[in-house]
Amino acid sequence: MGIEGIGARVARKEDKRFITGKGRYTDDMVVAGMKHSVFVRSPHAHAKIKKVDTEAAEKMPGVIGILNGQQLADDGIGNIICGWMIHSKDGSPMNMGAWRPLAQDTVRYVGDAVLIVVADTKAQARDAAEACIVEYEELDIVTQPDKALADGAPQIHPEAKNNLIFDWGLGDEEATDKALASAAHITEMDIVNNRLVPNAMEPRAALGIYDDAEDHYTCYTTSQNPHVARLVMSAFYNVAPENKLRVIAPDVGGGFGSKIYIYPEEIVCLWASKRTGVPVKWTADRTESFLTDAHGRDHITKVKMGFDANNNIVGLKVDTIANLGAYMSLFSSATPTYLYATLLSGQYNIPAIYGNVRAVYTNTAPVDAYRGAGRPEATYLLERTMETAARELGVDPAELRRQNFIREFPHQTPVIMNYDAGDFEVSLDAAMKQIDYAGFAKRKKEAESRGKLRGIGMSCYIEACGIAPSQAVGSLGAGVGLWESAEVRVNAVGTIEVLTGSHSHGQGHETTFAQLVCERFGVPMDSVSIVHGDTDKVQMGMGTYGSRSGAVGMSAIMKALDKVEMKAKKIAAHLLEADEADIEIENGELKVAGTDKSVPWFQMALGAYTAHNLPDGMEPGLKEGAFYDPANFTFPAGCYICEVEVDPDTGTTKIIDFVAADDFGNIINPMIVEGQVHGGVAQGIGQALMEGTYYDPDSGQLLTASYMDYQMPRAEDLPNFQLSTSVTECPHNPLGIKGCGEAGAIGSPPAVINAITNAIDNNDLTMPATPQAVWTALHNKGGSRDDKNQFDRHITKAAK
Amino acid sequence: MAKVSLTVNGKNVEKDVEDRTLLVQFLREDVNLTGAHIGCDTSQCGACVVHVDGKAVKSCTMLAAQASGCEVTTIEGLSGGGDLHPVQAAFREHHGLQCGFCTPGMIMAATDIIKRHGTKLDEATVRAELEGNICRCTGYHNIVKAILDAASKMDGAAKVAAE
Repeated sequence: MGIEGIGARVARKEDKRFITGKGRYTDDMVVAGMKHSVFVRSPHAHAKIKKVDTEAAEKMPGVIGILNGQQLADDGIGNIICGWMIHSKDGSPMNMGAWRPLAQDTVRYVGDAVLIVVADTKAQARDAAEACIVEYEELDIVTQPDKALADGAPQIHPEAKNNLIFDWGLGDEEATDKALASAAHITEMDIVNNRLVPNAMEPRAALGIYDDAEDHYTCYTTSQNPHVARLVMSAFYNVAPENKLRVIAPDVGGGFGSKIYIYPEEIVCLWASKRTGVPVKWTADRTESFLTDAHGRDHITKVKMGFDANNNIVGLKVDTIANLGAYMSLFSSATPTYLYATLLSGQYNIPAIYGNVRAVYTNTAPVDAYRGAGRPEATYLLERTMETAARELGVDPAELRRQNFIREFPHQTPVIMNYDAGDFEVSLDAAMKQIDYAGFAKRKKEAESRGKLRGIGMSCYIEACGIAPSQAVGSLGAGVGLWESAEVRVNAVGTIEVLTGSHSHGQGHETTFAQLVCERFGVPMDSVSIVHGDTDKVQMGMGTYGSRSGAVGMSAIMKALDKVEMKAKKIAAHLLEADEADIEIENGELKVAGTDKSVPWFQMALGAYTAHNLPDGMEPGLKEGAFYDPANFTFPAGCYICEVEVDPDTGTTKIIDFVAADDFGNIINPMIVEGQVHGGVAQGIGQALMEGTYYDPDSGQLLTASYMDYQMPRAEDLPNFQLSTSVTECPHNPLGIKGCGEAGAIGSPPAVINAITNAIDNNDLTMPATPQAVWTALHNKGGSRDDKNQFDRHITKAAK
Repeated sequence: MAKVSLTVNGKNVEKDVEDRTLLVQFLREDVNLTGAHIGCDTSQCGACVVHVDGKAVKSCTMLAAQASGCEVTTIEGLSGGGDLHPVQAAFREHHGLQCGFCTPGMIMAATDIIKRHGTKLDEATVRAELEGNICRCTGYHNIVKAILDAASKMDGAAKVAAE
């Protein structure tokens, strides 16, 4: 490894613009003639639109146009789609209701877009939006997924009877029932995985620009995958054909999944730009983000795990209701199915598994993938159940896990996944050593002397990253292939541009991707540029989510680099009159091995473009592209241990220590990997301790729609994290890497809750474990959980 | 309309703006300084922090008209035209940023924290003082590290300057 090569802690190339305020985010963009827009949204969770009156609003200062759903339909703009087909157990396709970018007859959640108002300034657009009169006839509502399935529940879409989108299963139910019937011990759990709001710090935004002369559209948008946005807007929404639509995702201020999807606003801004003849910008305010960004999680699950007399797991049965909100977002059907139930084996040998998932509509914001997407839900139920089983069986939770670990690879689970590499015991031992697991009893006693309840909890997670082999996901219902593309352009002076279909919105690709080139050719980092996020520059790509930019995106770059290297060596061999096989590339030079003959990298590149002296028949230039389709998912895994102290008087939990021992395969830049784990763990701790998303069950109003009400983790809520990594290489990609983006958010929530329930000696605790929830669990052992949840909600409401 | 006259990063700026214009809107839209960001509507996130007469202020909590006559420094002017300010350099060195959206506000808040606490700054104080700045990417770990390192380097530099 060189100082800028693979494995080096290189400071980020992109930082200069961010720390000097020169980042270019969508809302920073200004184009000639640009106007501003505000959406008129439904204040009701479920209602018929009876009448729309915009006459007075249209006459207000600065107003350019107020457009509605009928006009959108007249212009042929299509419905928003879900891109992954799921079939129910009976073979029927999922029941998808229509999602219009601007609602026409019915609104189905608070925040559903009804009108767009375009005006000279944002303030004028807001004033006019407030003057738009929309008359509604309110309908009955339902916000809770279990209640949505009940007979007589309000019907949200005509296509989905009883609000059931699909009733899907994975695994062998009969074998699982048989295994559980033979079990010596069964641990049963009711698990709620709380709804979360992703809360990227940059609110979503879009700028639509229609060029009448060229009949061409440009869209600046806060996207994790601009090419997918272009594809979907062209192929399904009928905005414009691909060759007449350019999508640019410039600097994007965090995504965490919420910026994968193509939302109504970018479609409507593009269309409104043509309708009004001016470029139209929209930027969400924070409450709008809370109301309309796709939320995450929101599962209710019943778990049964069976053990034999020697404490070996014999079977696992899971029954989940997943709340998908009012409409099916782009990946919403995949998240609680193939990204969830396929990970139910965790790190354990489980001979029989069956997962049943019923997805339902409710009058709430759409729910889709949020950091981890299905894998946190699987890990949370597994790791809480393992911890609970250990307590019931009277064995050490670490040892129960160790005893059941998968130790031989490849390992075929009963739920599709084929784990190709791992060593779970190494992570477990590393984490136990780092936190001094053996010394916990002493620390607990010391805490007692201060009147504090100390607890320890662990979580052993595995996840599937680098989504995914195109053929495999296609057979499971995906509407797209999940390869990645790259192009490496060596300029005539030897500088290098790497074009990638991945998109960086905080992950540091401009640095880590350049490290691959520095490693390969020994050129300085300054001479390498990474180009991404613009469909006019990069032909095609599938974007960044599920830690696919390393395992899939970088693999595509490696393939393109192989081709460049091969041609560069041919040119050098010709120039040096040597055998191509004897050429080595080192420190920016191409050398003949074992001699002092060499040609500098830039001279070789110049030679490729002057073409004065190339091998016979060789094309001039030095530019190569590659598409890479992975052979399998990658499987990062690790062990997280959390130690907490609970104040019995207030129910406040303080995280004393948090240890993360991960196996991400090989690492390109440890500094960036650590940053990803820090952020993921912080989000997981946020889910465990404070982030609660509450809809009023009677009105469907989102009660937690601002930072006054939704508790984001602050610096003071979190400890310093202790991290370590070990390596088993991914055997099927050229770098041997697995991915690190989601691990923290997947592994940490069960570790935190296991620690708190250990501290208070009551397992009946749901997330978020707010001081009030913990206090109630501590002082109300044996009480009904439903009572406590109601209490929690009423207290939350009363406190406002 | 209100006539607003103030100094931004050492330059005089004079504009007529709507009375309701917030300082952050004024900076972003009228002065074209887009470093201060708008991350919330309730003055919680701190992405918009700038210095007004030397103090950290959330520029979404102040009307542009209220800042008339003041000296405003934004992230773009923090280094005074020279190399990076020590806090900016520390954020880079310690990987105290990922997506970069909260970063300008974090850095402006951090310089104010360091100024107020000087050598007495410790981790607990930094974490408590960051109550008004939300970051979703970093888990704050490296932000805290960067601020403490910048504080110690700035203290060292001040001592050298004094000698």
